[in-house]
Amino acid sequence: MTKLKSLGELEALRKSIIGKRDPKKTVITICNGTGCQAHGCKDVTATFQKEIERQNLSAKVDIKSIGCPGFCERGTLVVIKPRDIFYQRVRPEDVPEIMTETIGKGNVVQRLLYTDSKTGKKVTYEPEVPFYKLQKRLIIGNNGLIDPTSIDDYIAIGGYAALAKALKMSPEQIIDEVKKAGLRGRGGGGFPTGLKWETTRRAHGDTRYVICNADEGDPGAFMDRALVEGNPHSVLEGMLIGAYAIGSHQGYVYIRNEYPMAVRHMQTAIQQAEEYGLLGKNILSSGFDFDIKIKRGGGAFVCGESTALIASLEGRVGEPRAKYIHTSEQGLWGQPTNLNNVETWANVPVIINNGADWYAQIGTENSKGTKIFSLVGNITNTGLVEVPMGITLREIVYEVGGGIPKGRKFKAVQTGGPSGGVIPESLLDLKVDFDELDKAGSMMGSGGMIVMDDKTCMVDVAKYFVSFLEGESCGKCLPCREGLRQMREILTRITEGRGKKGDIKLLEELSATLIDAALCALGSTAPNPVLSTLRYFRDEYEAHINEKRCPAGVCKLEAVKVNEG
Amino acid sequence: MVKLTINGRKITAEEGTTILYAARENNIYIPTLCENEAVAPYGACRLCLVEITTAKGRERLVTSCIYQVEEGLTVRTDTDRITRIRRMLLELLLARCPDSEVIRELASKYGVTRTRFTKQKGNNKCILCATCARTCEEVVGVAAISLARRGVDREMTTPFSEDFSDVCIGCGACAYSCPTGAITMEDVNGTRVIKWPHNQMEFKLKKCSVCGRYWAPEKQVEYVARTSGTPLSDYDVCPDCRD
Amino acid sequence: MAPKELKEKVKKVLQKHQYDKSLLVDILQDIQAESGYLPKEVLEETSKGLDVPLSRVYSVATFYKAFSLKPRGRYIINVCMGTACHVRGAVKVLEGIEKELGVKTGETTRDLKFTLETVNCVGACALGPMVIIGENYHGEMTPETIGSMLKNYN
Repeated sequence: MTKLKSLGELEALRKSIIGKRDPKKTVITICNGTGCQAHGCKDVTATFQKEIERQNLSAKVDIKSIGCPGFCERGTLVVIKPRDIFYQRVRPEDVPEIMTETIGKGNVVQRLLYTDSKTGKKVTYEPEVPFYKLQKRLIIGNNGLIDPTSIDDYIAIGGYAALAKALKMSPEQIIDEVKKAGLRGRGGGGFPTGLKWETTRRAHGDTRYVICNADEGDPGAFMDRALVEGNPHSVLEGMLIGAYAIGSHQGYVYIRNEYPMAVRHMQTAIQQAEEYGLLGKNILSSGFDFDIKIKRGGGAFVCGESTALIASLEGRVGEPRAKYIHTSEQGLWGQPTNLNNVETWANVPVIINNGADWYAQIGTENSKGTKIFSLVGNITNTGLVEVPMGITLREIVYEVGGGIPKGRKFKAVQTGGPSGGVIPESLLDLKVDFDELDKAGSMMGSGGMIVMDDKTCMVDVAKYFVSFLEGESCGKCLPCREGLRQMREILTRITEGRGKKGDIKLLEELSATLIDAALCALGSTAPNPVLSTLRYFRDEYEAHINEKRCPAGVCKLEAVKVNEG
Repeated sequence: MVKLTINGRKITAEEGTTILYAARENNIYIPTLCENEAVAPYGACRLCLVEITTAKGRERLVTSCIYQVEEGLTVRTDTDRITRIRRMLLELLLARCPDSEVIRELASKYGVTRTRFTKQKGNNKCILCATCARTCEEVVGVAAISLARRGVDREMTTPFSEDFSDVCIGCGACAYSCPTGAITMEDVNGTRVIKWPHNQMEFKLKKCSVCGRYWAPEKQVEYVARTSGTPLSDYDVCPDCRD
Repeated sequence: MAPKELKEKVKKVLQKHQYDKSLLVDILQDIQAESGYLPKEVLEETSKGLDVPLSRVYSVATFYKAFSLKPRGRYIINVCMGTACHVRGAVKVLEGIEKELGVKTGETTRDLKFTLETVNCVGACALGPMVIIGENYHGEMTPETIGSMLKNYN
């Protein structure tokens, strides 16, 4: 690979790559994301490879391993291009039939098609699968088109064109565009991205850093995993544009330890970008230098908090610090630092390519663009869904998600991870955006959307989240460390039938203290699951405490001799 | 100089002063546990939280040990909200260290005499304020002890909780700085015994060649001699006899 | 591993990371990848090599769940305790494995075959409850399928 020395050379390369590819050639794309690994995609891929070799079809048929397109319920996903025939739940045993019928004769293997649960009809082509059709897949849509370990694939679909465009703009123009687009942070904070970039650019200091937070710790959320595994270049391109706008020459991608494939794919992507001269010195002869390094997390949820992440980058324990002076002013090594989430960075090339006005037409007044949610739990279509801000929860759960399986009833949907809250059936018509979710007592968070059916105990849910946070608390500040410990004890007592009068009041008092006094957002948002379950399901708490009964039938309340005194 | 208001009183303070020190300079009391003049502020105990309104009208709760004074800042140190927070923090502390005199005294100052929370067992007075570890690192410079593990399992200890350290010089600065007496130091018969919550060590004390008093651990003396580049023999005589 | 061998391994890793103190977490991860866990000698060598106080190396090694200061089993069992797996019954699966192996979470079986850990979401929620052993993913686990899952590992 030779270094590209100009925007013109990049465009020439793009044309050349596209020119060498036959759009009519049969390509078997197989999802090899982590979710499909669990479905056994490695064997499916190997079986296809063997078959193609055996039948001497290597010249006529390509196999492409793609990253996670999001329909995880139906893995292993196989799409036969260019016709876009969509096969789901593919096992190695199905490969010979696909080879004979589809590759050999052009026929469709009916039993491997997806059946629309609403109409009962089979769907043949990928764009018509309701799960995908109902989404607006600006960001994750490309996962189905590229091999994440091939930079040429990314360039072929228009990759790095936004960078080329940005390098012709001034940093201030780029920041204005991102501000006009209304992009807000997708990691949970929802802070206006353009404003953060501007503050970092204007801060005092000679060295500026940009960081990509890929520490995705919210249990049940895996949007960032899919993006880093499936389209790492989209994140790099976003960081390049942001670094250029902010005036930074060194970036870091902090990936959690539990995502080894994401680390590998990002390493490959960085290497390839360097080989093409898209990272390094004098990028595309623009005079702009930028390097990116990968750092792995050590298994600490708290390191998703920006100051704790920075401490970890500095080789220290992941203890947050007071944010009276923002990281935009004093962050990594005391220098101005801009930290953004994976999905936020991935939105940047889309904004630059299409313009702020186009982007701002999607979404609601204060929440522009789309959001990727991980729709999991008691739901028919488990997976990643990308929808425009403003869509209702009902649409997500019932239209895209296919409703509740096993004939059970919807009870609540939990958003925002351990910092968020539950939303009951009465609020299903809520329009999903940053502010509406806040008002309901929850929050957007990173995008985890856990659907819970009527066999879920809400006190148990509160106990689960508090236990999780107790284990992840760094232990520095008193209210979080001791407060969560005591909260967990109280909730455990309640779920074991030893709840006392005054427990709810104590939980509420403790919650108020954590919100006010905790040092960082882990502690100050920890009460949310407790407070929101109390807000909408107080009767369940009372049943546990007063009647020693779990309405959902989950908790094993010990047969306690109730002291009638 | 910066002009601000604390509890309705107009005061001035030098730029760079924390609200806590500005308050102390003006005899306004704010409770603290993890704050110590000798080391950088840590912001862990949260007892020094105060309500502030900036000149631009932004209201928030901040730890006064870290937040620096600003022109036009309004500070309130004893509002109902602050008092509620302090009481709850003290209740939590009473549950963690039920045998600590210092905590009980501080709690009763705010009317907290009992705790509704489950008390921890064992005679543990350590509140994990890390003043000891910070002093050992920032002041003494040997970093012999630190906070290990995290969350509710966090402990202040030597590496591997050994009753041995390559670097500890037995100076006792940690014991002096501990606000609750969780670290004890006793000099008896030429030996100093320092006890931390999970380990303890003994240090041979140096005897003054003039008055015969045991005056400092030999290890500490060696450390001082080495780092200051002075001969060890300079320290055969204790400071009192040297004059 | 013999002490001399360990020292060499540590030296190699430190060299690879150019003795950069800020890379302490990465360094410990690379060392653990070689030695399976972080014995005391390794932490001491790292402290000396990087000129970082042993107390800080110890703090970092005990803060992050990725590190183990005790020898671990040949197979690391990771039971996902993410929210999606939780609502699908992960707790019962964990309890079942604890019973089957006779160890508590975080512990290693006496024959050093299995170490039982929990992990907070690996992003394979469609197949929860999820148990990962080494690089193998076992999905839709129930207490009843634990026995046959473990039989795969000799």
